[in-house]
Formats: sequence, C-alpha cells, structure tokens
Amino acid sequence: MKTPALASSNKGFALNLTVLLALLVLVFPSSMDIFRLNMMGKYLSYAFVAMGLVLCWGYGGILSLGQGIFFGLGGYCMAMFLKLEASTPEYTASQTTPGIPDFMDWNQLTELPWFWEAFKSFPLTLVLILLVPTVFAYFFGLCMFKRRVGGVYFSIITQAIACIMTILIVGQQGYTGGINGITDLKTCMGFDIRTNGAKLFLYYLCVFLLVLAVLLCTWVSRSKAGRLLVAIRDDEQRVRFSGYDVANYKIFVLCFSAFLSAVGGAMFTLQTGFMSPSFVGIVASIEMVVFCAVGGRMSIYGAIYGTLIVSVAKTAISENFPELWSLLIGAIFIGCVLVFPKGLAGLYADHVMPFLSGLDGRLKGAFRGAREDREAQIEALRDVPADKVLLGVPPQFLSGDGMDGIDDGRSLS
Amino acid sequence: MKKKEFALEVEGLTVSFDGFKAVDDLSFYVDEGEIRVIIGPNGAGKTTVLDLICGKTKATSGSIRFRGTELTKLKENEIVDAGVGRKFQNPSIYENLTVFENLELSYPKGKKVFGALFFRRDQEVIDKVREVAREIFLEEKLSMKASLLSHGQKQWLEIGMLLIQDPALMMLDEPVAGMSVAERKQTAELLRRITKGRSVIVIEHDMKFVEDIADRVTVMHQGKLLAEGSMESIKKNQQVIDVYLGQ
Repeated sequence: MKTPALASSNKGFALNLTVLLALLVLVFPSSMDIFRLNMMGKYLSYAFVAMGLVLCWGYGGILSLGQGIFFGLGGYCMAMFLKLEASTPEYTASQTTPGIPDFMDWNQLTELPWFWEAFKSFPLTLVLILLVPTVFAYFFGLCMFKRRVGGVYFSIITQAIACIMTILIVGQQGYTGGINGITDLKTCMGFDIRTNGAKLFLYYLCVFLLVLAVLLCTWVSRSKAGRLLVAIRDDEQRVRFSGYDVANYKIFVLCFSAFLSAVGGAMFTLQTGFMSPSFVGIVASIEMVVFCAVGGRMSIYGAIYGTLIVSVAKTAISENFPELWSLLIGAIFIGCVLVFPKGLAGLYADHVMPFLSGLDGRLKGAFRGAREDREAQIEALRDVPADKVLLGVPPQFLSGDGMDGIDDGRSLS
Repeated sequence: MKKKEFALEVEGLTVSFDGFKAVDDLSFYVDEGEIRVIIGPNGAGKTTVLDLICGKTKATSGSIRFRGTELTKLKENEIVDAGVGRKFQNPSIYENLTVFENLELSYPKGKKVFGALFFRRDQEVIDKVREVAREIFLEEKLSMKASLLSHGQKQWLEIGMLLIQDPALMMLDEPVAGMSVAERKQTAELLRRITKGRSVIVIEHDMKFVEDIADRVTVMHQGKLLAEGSMESIKKNQQVIDVYLGQ
C-alpha cells in the first residue's frame, strides 16, 4: 500500500531534478552571455537560503525573517579570506601598515585583528563558513525554542537580530569594512575570480552545490524528521505528548537552514567579488522569504524557481524604475499570501498537473472510466466535513476539518 | 515505606490561575491495572487534573508520583517516556499527515533528532502500525489524510496513537464525546480490550459508559474531591446527587 505512492514520488523526484538540471546546465549557459550567467549564479546563491526556508518555514512553521544573518556570516567569512589574499604587502605598499586590508589602514588600525587570523588559511575558512552561522543558529535556537518563544515573537526577534548585525558591521568599520563592505576581492588560492573562465567555473560549482543541497533537503523532508516538522507546525503540543522534545527539532531545522544559507553566502561572495551589510539586513532577509513564498513554501524546487523569477524581475524593474521595486515586492508578498498561498508550486500542482494528467488520460482513453471513478471517490471524501455540518454536528467537533492544507497562515501564530 | 504501592499517587495537588484555584488540595491514588473514572460538573477541574499529570500545566504545589517518579518536575516528553499517555478532549491529531504517518510518529522509536533523520520504516514498524490500525477500525484508511476522517474516526486515531506508545498509565479525556451510538459501542469494546494490564484514568459524562468500565469513580466539584468509591456507592451519595447527578 505504501509502495505505489513512494514509486510515484520517486518518479516525480527524478523528473523535477532532470528539468532543473537541464535548465541550469544546458539552457542557461547556452542562451546567456557570461555577464547574465554570472547574474544567474548570484541568484542561485540566494536559492540556498530559500531552500532552507522551505524546511524551516514551510515544513516546521518557523518563520525566520533574519536568514540574511546566516547568508551574511557565510559570505563575510569567504570575503575575509579573499580580502587577506588580495592585501599582499606589494599591493598595499602605499599604506601606513602594508599587508593589512585597505579599510583597516584607513581606520588607523596597525595590525590585523585577532579574529581575522584564522582566515589566512583556506581549509580553516571553509570550515568556518559552515560552522560560524550554524553554531550561531544553534545558540540562538537554544535561547528561543527551549524557552518556547515561537510564532510572530520569534519572527520579530530574528528581524531585530538582523538589524543589530547590520548596525554592528556598519559601526565597526575598521574591523568589517563598514557600510561599503569588503570589496576589491581578486583571487582565490591564486585563481583570479574576475575572469570569464572563473565566472563560468563558479557558476557550475554553484549549480553543483545547489544540486547537493536539493538532495540533502529532499532527504530531510522525506525522513521521519520531515514529517515531524509538519506535525510540529500543525500541533506542537501534540508532538510533545507523543514523546518528542519539540525544541530540539526546531533548533535542528534552524541550524540546517543556517548551514544552507552560509553555503549560499559564500558562493555569492565568490561570484560577485564583494560582500556588504546590505545582504545581511532586514530588507535582504525579507526578500529571501518572498523568494520562498513565491516559489511555494512546501516545495524545494519551487524555492529555486521562485528565487530566479523574483530576482530576474527585481533586476529588470529596478534597472528601469528604481523606486517601484520596494512597493512591488510588498505587493507580490501580499498577493502570494492572499491569492496563491502555496506559491508557484501550488499553482503547478493544482492546475498544470491535472491538465497534463488529463491530457495523458485522453491519450490512454481506455483508462478514463477508472480514473473518473477514482476522482468521484476522492470527491466523496472531500465532502465529509460539509455533510456533517448539514447534519447539525456542532462546529467544535469539526475543528480544523475544512482547513485542508497549509494555506491558513497558522504557521505565523 | 507505605504499606501499599500505588501506580499513581496524587497528593495535595493545587494549581491556581491568578488566584483562582482550579484544582485545590486534591489527593487520590490509582492502583496498578485499575480503571478510574473522574466525573463531575463542568468546571470541576477534571481536565486540569489530566493537564497537571501529563505536564501541560505546571502545579502550584503538591506532588504527582508515578511508579515512584516525581512527575511535576519533568518536561512533557519525559513524562511520556516515564509511561504516561494522554488523549485530549478534542481529537488532537496531525491533520496534514496520513493515518499511517500519524501512527508512525507515535511509535516509540527514533525520538531524538538524529534518530528521526535516520529512522527507517522497517517491517516491524509497518506491522505494528497495521496491528494498531486494525484494532482501531482504520486499517482501510491508512493512506488517507487524517483531516478527511470523520469525528469518531479521529477519536479512534488518537486512541491508536496512544495505544502504539504502549503507556503504563493511559489518560482519556471524554473518549466517546461526539460519537454516534454505534461508534460509542465499538469504542467501549475497544477500550475494554486495550485497557487490560494498564492503569487508566478516564473523564466521561456518559453515566452508562462510566458504569460499564469503571473500577472506581472519583467525583470532583470546584477543584476539590467530593467523593470516591465504587459506582454503586457514588450513585447513593447524597452530595453527589445534589451537585452532579441530579434527579
């Protein structure tokens, strides 16, 4: 009884992954110049964050409005390494203190701050890129979830932390590069990251990591932990009385999303050649939530397509009407929540898939009867709550009955 | 040491919400294997007692010991691990998951995060889920989304979720509320089967049902213990008749 369902979901998985790969590996590189492809690579680095949000928000119901923190931490770790590599004594010979990053020199620093030391080593940098945001998420989650802070309170606190992080980075100009961020990055382990060849390589590296992330997310979402996250979103209290420590699962999914965001942040820095506080703050974090909402917050692939579509729209619109974008992104978010709460993935599942399978059905006319029978059965089941209302069953017995699915905003409360 | 070892010992249990004592200096004892029914008028504090035992509400004072373990200091999931299971008044199930998944999540294995990540749906789990589903009359509905079940079926599913945990103390809050007559009968049979070998606390208003299953009855009124004893003695108790049973 479980096998057919699993087989069909494996078929869906293979199809989704093939389409995604075809688009990213064949269609994009063959139809775009390196400038546009590099832009796509940049957008794909946001997709890591959006995928993390699918598990954290879509599955677990934890709306973090501060994913930029983790994206930024990953990105800054990468940028610190690249900046040190770019600040050779020869290149910085005109500084008062040669060999340290230029912005430190401008801020009268005469030696490298202690926490920059670790970023002289590439392997250590890679470890820190993944570790710093994840450990931060762990302690943040520990403070929040063990004390049962959840819902909108959690969202507001994440936003406050994103804001604090921006202020900290901007304020500590001598240590962080301030409002300008860390710029003028040149090489990574001796390879110039500004050349077209490097950009092409980094694009494919980004796609490769993205596919790994898709596999990882699919594995988590299909594990029992994935089902538990949905259960926690539905009824946290019940999960406790099934014998689970809910806080640990919430901490896990927050750390997981932070981990993915960090990878995205590092890839962003490599592909754009700089990192600045504007990718850490509130606006960036909310944009990432919009990517996820537009794509469909229960769909890993939806998050990727949502990110690409919104980002492309952002670039196109803000190039022509710079003031319009912030209004428009707000409108998109509200529109998503009100009109299509399941996002593009929901539209696809509700309208395109039935159309395709209808087409399929017409081709295989012989099976039509059986299909209609099954649809009738499903319809009959859908009607159960409505019938009960007509029969005069008091509404408290129907709690939750009509709220089929995830579209009622309960994850916010 | 006490002369007799009880499964559950509740002593001097008090909880006050902003000065209002929902449960007031309540003491009672449940034997191993006993079926205890708590009755009383609305607002007597029956559900609050279950909330206190399972850790949903923290006691202001008093103690709850289950097989020698003090429960008032434990977290909800630790109380479950100690062997206490609870069914809520309104069916509380995972609406967006299937019946199978609802039961599977309640199966006592892979409760830690990494245990759940690497949890495998092996034959043992499938067999156990099937067995429980048969018991609760839902074997045909395993792949159905739980939100599509009828009210009575949801009640059964929650009983099943409790059953698969195999608790030593089972607490059921109005297990037959909102059920049709036929479902009620089926449920009574079901409860009689599954309560064997466990201690059970049931809250119920249906007197016929109470008479059917209770070993002993505790009557609560305004957060306090009013009377305790067999159903026979309770029915004759003038105080109980006055506040609850009526004419």
